[in-house]
Amino acid sequence: MIRAIGPHPAAAVLAERADALAKGRKRAGPAATGYRRARAPEWIVRALAMLAGIVVFIALWEIVARQGGRIPGPGVVWKAAVTIFSDPFYSKGPNDQGIGWNVLSSLKRVGIGFGMAAAMGIPLGFMIGRFKFLSDMAAPIIAMLKPVSPLAWLPIGLLLFKAANPAAIYVIFVCSLWPMIVNTAVGVRQIPQDYLNVAHVLNLSEWKVFTTILFPAVLPYMITGVRLSIGVAWLVIVAAEMLTGGVGIGFWVWDEWNNLKVEHIIIAIFTIGIVGLLLEQALVLLARRFSYN
Amino acid sequence: MDSERYLRIENVGMTFETRKGDFVALERIDLAVRKGEFVSLIGHSGCGKSTLLNLVAGLLLPTAGGLLLAEREIAGPGPDRGVVFQNHSLLPWLTCFDNVYLAVERVFPDEKNILRERTHNALAMVGLTHAEAKYPNEISGGMKQRVGIARALAIEPKMLLLDEPFGALDALTRANLQDELLKIVDKTGATVLMVTHDVDEAVLLSDRIVMMTNGPAARIGGVLEVDLPRPRERLALAGDRRYIELRTTVMDFLYRKQLKQAA
Repeated sequence: MIRAIGPHPAAAVLAERADALAKGRKRAGPAATGYRRARAPEWIVRALAMLAGIVVFIALWEIVARQGGRIPGPGVVWKAAVTIFSDPFYSKGPNDQGIGWNVLSSLKRVGIGFGMAAAMGIPLGFMIGRFKFLSDMAAPIIAMLKPVSPLAWLPIGLLLFKAANPAAIYVIFVCSLWPMIVNTAVGVRQIPQDYLNVAHVLNLSEWKVFTTILFPAVLPYMITGVRLSIGVAWLVIVAAEMLTGGVGIGFWVWDEWNNLKVEHIIIAIFTIGIVGLLLEQALVLLARRFSYN
Repeated sequence: MDSERYLRIENVGMTFETRKGDFVALERIDLAVRKGEFVSLIGHSGCGKSTLLNLVAGLLLPTAGGLLLAEREIAGPGPDRGVVFQNHSLLPWLTCFDNVYLAVERVFPDEKNILRERTHNALAMVGLTHAEAKYPNEISGGMKQRVGIARALAIEPKMLLLDEPFGALDALTRANLQDELLKIVDKTGATVLMVTHDVDEAVLLSDRIVMMTNGPAARIGGVLEVDLPRPRERLALAGDRRYIELRTTVMDFLYRKQLKQAA
């Protein structure tokens, strides 16, 4: 069975449970006992804790930087960042473009690769979830291919497409495909029998069953799949671009390594982190919009 | 058409294949329900009363015997029977209105212009006009069950099938909905088959109570005519001698003749 393989289905459930817990905690709040102690509101405490974490992080970084070696300190990196982000969209030929262009071209690859994975993975997931035979057919293949690092597919991509850019997109496609298939299939299998009974007693047509019952019921699972896929894709694109070159944040990291501009590499790390965070948050919001509990 | 035998359950048996071998849930069930009659199936849990209801609904097919509704064999589920499930089974992504509309639209596809009106009427009948635009998770359990009833009634089924419809509700809400159902049934003259384990509910609502023996291989242990005049009124009946007699008969069957060993 597909259910048993890899971290995805379990991770999906866990992530949802964590979300629900966090929501519940927020609602229960400190006033749950009926007593109110004069205490700073929860969000201020949280904000302070986050701020403290960042301060500690920067202090440690500064200490490490002062030990000599080649790691630039926060001050140096900040100055370099101000310069870089003051003109993010310049373009001096294919090998020298602003960081904005690099991020955008990476996002574009992720978007195209993921889009194709969704277009193929979602229907496949529906079929695998609906028909036991297909599920058993696909299970060993998916179980075997899912743990493979997406980068291992890169040479195949280069061979097939004879160009770097489509090969990178192809790698994103491969790594996004599994979470989409698996989560959609799990979602289809988790549809409560009650809903299907409604469809049965009304004798709804297959199309009506799909649009009014299957699709809305599976949507939250699909969004979890999207979240996992995009997360993995954003991890993988950096590595893929390091190998393929061209324009992109991963290539930029490699390029700056060759120029020995370590502060730029650190800027790239933060940029990748923040973009990944924003992607994740956007999808969490989307998931909340479509959850019905 | 034989309205004395509107629903005919003839020599029905139901055997499930399980990993441990065959499990006989029902054996030789014979029952006829009149048009406009309200029949309750009562018995201990596991006696197969829900299985029998699912057979009438067509969600299960019998392994022996046959079922006929209005002279036609029941070969599968269909909108000529309105089913109210215990856990309301509303689709959470549709409003109350749309949940009912889904059923109406399926059953009366040629009457496009009055679909919405039908839906409104069904919801008005259960007193939920004000909650039409709400989603199921925004209303109480009792209201959800009302929407379930509205959905089942809106398609004007030949028969209404209720599977422990008030089982998940608190006592006050349950009493409230029973009264409401009583009124609706009096008004529409619906033919109803209801599964319950609540003795008062069965006596208050039914024309006949079918008492089932314990499974496996459950059978009909006895049929009780409830000869209380209609319209019935809960408070007036509470001290009524006949009501108490009927109630005692069912209790006697359930707790003396069919006492279930503590599981």
